[in-house]
Amino acid sequence: MSKQTYWKTIGKKRDLVPGSGVGARLGKCQIALFWIPDMDDRVFAINNYCPFSGVHILARGIVGDVEGEPVVATPLYKQHFSLIDGRCIEHDDVAVDAWEARFEGDEVQVQVSEADELAA
Amino acid sequence: MSKEKLVVLGNGMVGHHFLEHLAETGLAGDFEVTVIGEERSIAYDRVHLSEYFQGRSASDLALGTAELYAEWGYDLRLGVKATVIDRDARTVTLSDGEPLSYDKLVLATGSYPFVPPIPGNDLPNCLVYRTLEDLDAIREAASTANTGTVVGGGLLGLECANALQELDLDTAVVEFAPRLMPVQVDYEGGEVLKEKIQSLGVQVLTGRATQRIEKGANAGLRMVFQDDRMLETDLIVFSAGIRPRDELGRDAGLEMGERGGVKVDDQCVTSDRNILAIGEVAAWNDCCFGLVAPGYTMAKAAVSTLSGGDALFQGADMSTKLKLMGVDVGAIGDAHGDQHAGARVFRYLDQISQHYRKLVVTGDGRRLLGAMLVGDNSYYDTLMQYFSNQLDLPEHPESLILPANEGGAPALGMDALPDSANICSCHNVSKGDITSCIQDGSATCLGDVKGLTKASTGCGGCAAQLKDVVDHEMAALGMEVSTALCAHFEHSRQELEHVIRVEGLRSFREVRNAHGKGLGCDICKPTVSNILASIWNEYVLKEEHAGLQDTNDTFLANMQKDGTFSVVPRVAGGEITPKKLIVIGEVAEEYGLYTKITGGQRIDMFGAKLNELPAIWQKLVDAGFETGQAYGKSVRTVKSCVGNTWCRYGVQDSVKLAIDLEDRYKGIRAPHKVKFAVSGCTRECAEAQSKDFGVIATENGWNLYVAGNGGMRPRHGDLFATDLDTETLVRTIDRIFMFYIRTADRLQRTARWIENLEGGLDYLKQVILEDSLGINADLDTQIERLVGNYECEWKATLNNPESLKRFRQMINEEGDDPNVVMVSERGQPRPANEKEKAELIPSVTV
Ligand code: SRM
Ligand SMILES: Cc1cc2nc3c(=O)[nH]c(=O)nc-3n(C[C@H](O)[C@H](O)[C@H](O)COP(=O)(O)OP(=O)(O)OC[C@H]3O[C@@H](n4cnc5c(N)ncnc54)[C@H](O)[C@@H]3O)c2cc1C
Ligand code: SF4
Ligand code: FES
Repeated sequence: MSKQTYWKTIGKKRDLVPGSGVGARLGKCQIALFWIPDMDDRVFAINNYCPFSGVHILARGIVGDVEGEPVVATPLYKQHFSLIDGRCIEHDDVAVDAWEARFEGDEVQVQVSEADELAA
Repeated sequence: MSKEKLVVLGNGMVGHHFLEHLAETGLAGDFEVTVIGEERSIAYDRVHLSEYFQGRSASDLALGTAELYAEWGYDLRLGVKATVIDRDARTVTLSDGEPLSYDKLVLATGSYPFVPPIPGNDLPNCLVYRTLEDLDAIREAASTANTGTVVGGGLLGLECANALQELDLDTAVVEFAPRLMPVQVDYEGGEVLKEKIQSLGVQVLTGRATQRIEKGANAGLRMVFQDDRMLETDLIVFSAGIRPRDELGRDAGLEMGERGGVKVDDQCVTSDRNILAIGEVAAWNDCCFGLVAPGYTMAKAAVSTLSGGDALFQGADMSTKLKLMGVDVGAIGDAHGDQHAGARVFRYLDQISQHYRKLVVTGDGRRLLGAMLVGDNSYYDTLMQYFSNQLDLPEHPESLILPANEGGAPALGMDALPDSANICSCHNVSKGDITSCIQDGSATCLGDVKGLTKASTGCGGCAAQLKDVVDHEMAALGMEVSTALCAHFEHSRQELEHVIRVEGLRSFREVRNAHGKGLGCDICKPTVSNILASIWNEYVLKEEHAGLQDTNDTFLANMQKDGTFSVVPRVAGGEITPKKLIVIGEVAEEYGLYTKITGGQRIDMFGAKLNELPAIWQKLVDAGFETGQAYGKSVRTVKSCVGNTWCRYGVQDSVKLAIDLEDRYKGIRAPHKVKFAVSGCTRECAEAQSKDFGVIATENGWNLYVAGNGGMRPRHGDLFATDLDTETLVRTIDRIFMFYIRTADRLQRTARWIENLEGGLDYLKQVILEDSLGINADLDTQIERLVGNYECEWKATLNNPESLKRFRQMINEEGDDPNVVMVSERGQPRPANEKEKAELIPSVTV
């Protein structure tokens, strides 16, 4: 499968909530988008699925930082996931997918490959 | 081999301690134990007997239960008196006839109040103060009396005077000696004490010997003194000392102490080796001990003796620290300085604030022999440590009793104490016992230490000292040294509350910019937002607050394990109309929700999807429901019983009060959730004593309990005030609630708060009832702002399109989370488990 990547528009900036997360559809995946005005107005995208509870809820967690790295705390059992690479801070062997994300004008875009679009 | 027969005579505090210790050390099974108690109640906390007048019941004061005794395998017989001991036959005759044989006998019969042989001392309304029944009799007599007099100005006499005053009697104390508390204090101390007590409205007559008691002209009784002066009073309570109940031993020919009491040796064995004596009835070294701590040590020694151990009783320190009618009195060791040749004395007297302190030191000024305190016991713990560990005194020993601003010495550091230093004398817990359970990891907080060592669970006098030891040890081990909230704020919750309120900060960003760093986290964000809500009570989903909230607050609903939500409308006081019940039924049916009656007297609907919440709440709000805030750290429910409207026992309208309270406090956010309950009478069907705020109706108004808790570590609430009218009740709750919000830790319920509050319940009473901090007006203003600002968060959200946009599972797709799957059970939906899910949706997305 092609490794080629491109930017895909997911929604509008006004759909997001400053300092927090929302859920979105990406192919067959549910992803979580976080808008952090306090960090150069950046946006992050990781999988919305929490491997600890088996539910799509990461977007509902509280955003913060662990020694400067932006993270989200999963709302049911409170583990932390890095918004940069999706790795779980408490457990080295657990991670969720992460994507590059950006604002383009008033649009929110995520960098995807064809694999993402098709992924189960 | 048949078990040895062990008979215990007397089921008082020490007898109980003996039985408890026997069971705890695993020896109970070695004996066939029978317990004979003359009183009708199982052993109770006589030390706190006076609290019976403040609303604690016999069962609150009880030290054990019949079930517990049964579990331990003891045969408990109450309301039965032992009348004769036959040492040859080894039997005890009981008042109900049946003789009982024993192999070992333990005498724990305590003392009786001494009534001076004054003619007329047996007239009606001449009473004593020792048992629950005595207190019932006093209460009964007081109900028709206006004035009351206590004969005896010692420790118990003053406690009794306090009780009479609380029963609304004009109270007098008559003392034969020229001063109050002659055992503990000297002339100067007595004068200071007398003035303090008179200023509380109690008449104090010292140096008065009563000649006779006769019928009065203006009151029920008249006391005639040696100089023919008279005092008329409606009731008299004798509190002129105690005498050991040694008659059984005396009649059986056991050896007696010089001044009474059954003589015992260090093993608590009497002159008959099959008979032991413990507690106030025992005379060790010709001395009977009228305090509970020595009795407890004897009880342990006796258990050890019976099991061939070597624990001994070797005398006790009679130092005491008490608060009588709000006045501190302390006596340590040789307080009068008359037991040691060559002793030297330092005195400090302040007649303005009425403080008196005295130090008794050795001739060379190196060691402390004793001390006396009136008016301020904060010096006690330090002095006690110098005394009991015989530490070297500082170069200027007087610094130990000077006020801090006069160069008084700072409190003794914990490091200065040896491990053997006794911290809790009631339960004989040393500093080493405490530090070792922290060091080995079995205790990680004050509560654990209390549970493991029992320290501070007796008279409570050592609480401050215990806390110091625990804090110090934890700090030394690097445990929880910091009170910082998290990596982003160095402040404790209390400190943050203070700066936010005082500096008028309104958003997380302002707070973080001024006092914190970084993005924040899932600890500080909800905490700050919670504090902001407690102070300003703004809409929690306002844009600048939205991202701070815990998930449950964000969606105004509690998230369940499958990612769906529960819906809990407020049902104030548990009262609901049939119409509203129907609406709940209809909504649940329409959205396929599981319904359940909660433990908080309302109805919970489970299984709502994120995107369904607004529509569900629209229906509920339209039908007149408000959010129940089951998600917030805020007021949950005010549970009620049906009260006097229907119930034959009810004395007040508990439902109305519950609804009024719930309406008043709903929406207020606090350090943790806060629960209330109101019962219509003392039967307490609403379980108010297990709530943060519990109210129980009385004939005259309401009794208020605070800091109860169910949950992980249950706690009965403390009685805070009695017979309040509704207005005063509400004002009192307002202030306690606000003070809790200001000073509690993050996620600390009121139970743990009060346990950790320095000075505990007494301190809280001073703050709230006496306004000792001068903040009541401020608390009143703050709570009025919160009450006045209430709005139903769901109603506000439904009117706010900006907030509503969050209630979508995905921003670029309509509908709900396809991975949520329900199955049916007992006619209702429930979340599918993993296996069912795999079968129902073969391609579970990961
Ligand atoms: C629904 C209910 C159980 C039920 O089916 O009856 C319930 C359910 C939950 N309780 Fe509870 N508690 C419920 C009554 C109680 C009671 C009984 C009462 O209030 O009289 C208690 C003991 C009393 C007390 O609080 O002192 C109780 C003690 C707890 C505790 C332990 C608190 C403690 O101080 O130890 C927790 C955990 C916590 O808050 O940290 C808790 C937490 C919870 C949470 C919020 C757990 C969670 O975070 O998911 C549950 C979610 C509720 C939901 O989704 O709506 N729940 N919980 C009850 C809701 C009452 C209501 O109408 O609001
Ligand atoms: C109001 C009050 C306040 C006090 N405050 C303090 C304080 O602050 N600090 C402190 O250390 N101490 C205090 N004390 C003293 C403390 O309560 C006693 O030291 C303690 O109760 C002694 O325990 P005991 O088991 O020896 O006697 P008790 O508790 O008196 O128990 C003896 C029991 O034996 C029963 N009994 C007696 N004879 C017989 C018989 N023949 N057959 C069957 N049963 C019999 C009695 O009825 C009684 O129930 C206070 C006492 C009172 C009354
Ligand atoms: S607490 Fe009293 S008034 Fe209320 S229901 Fe129970 S018995 Fe009746
Ligand atoms: S000294 Fe009485 S409880 Fe510790």
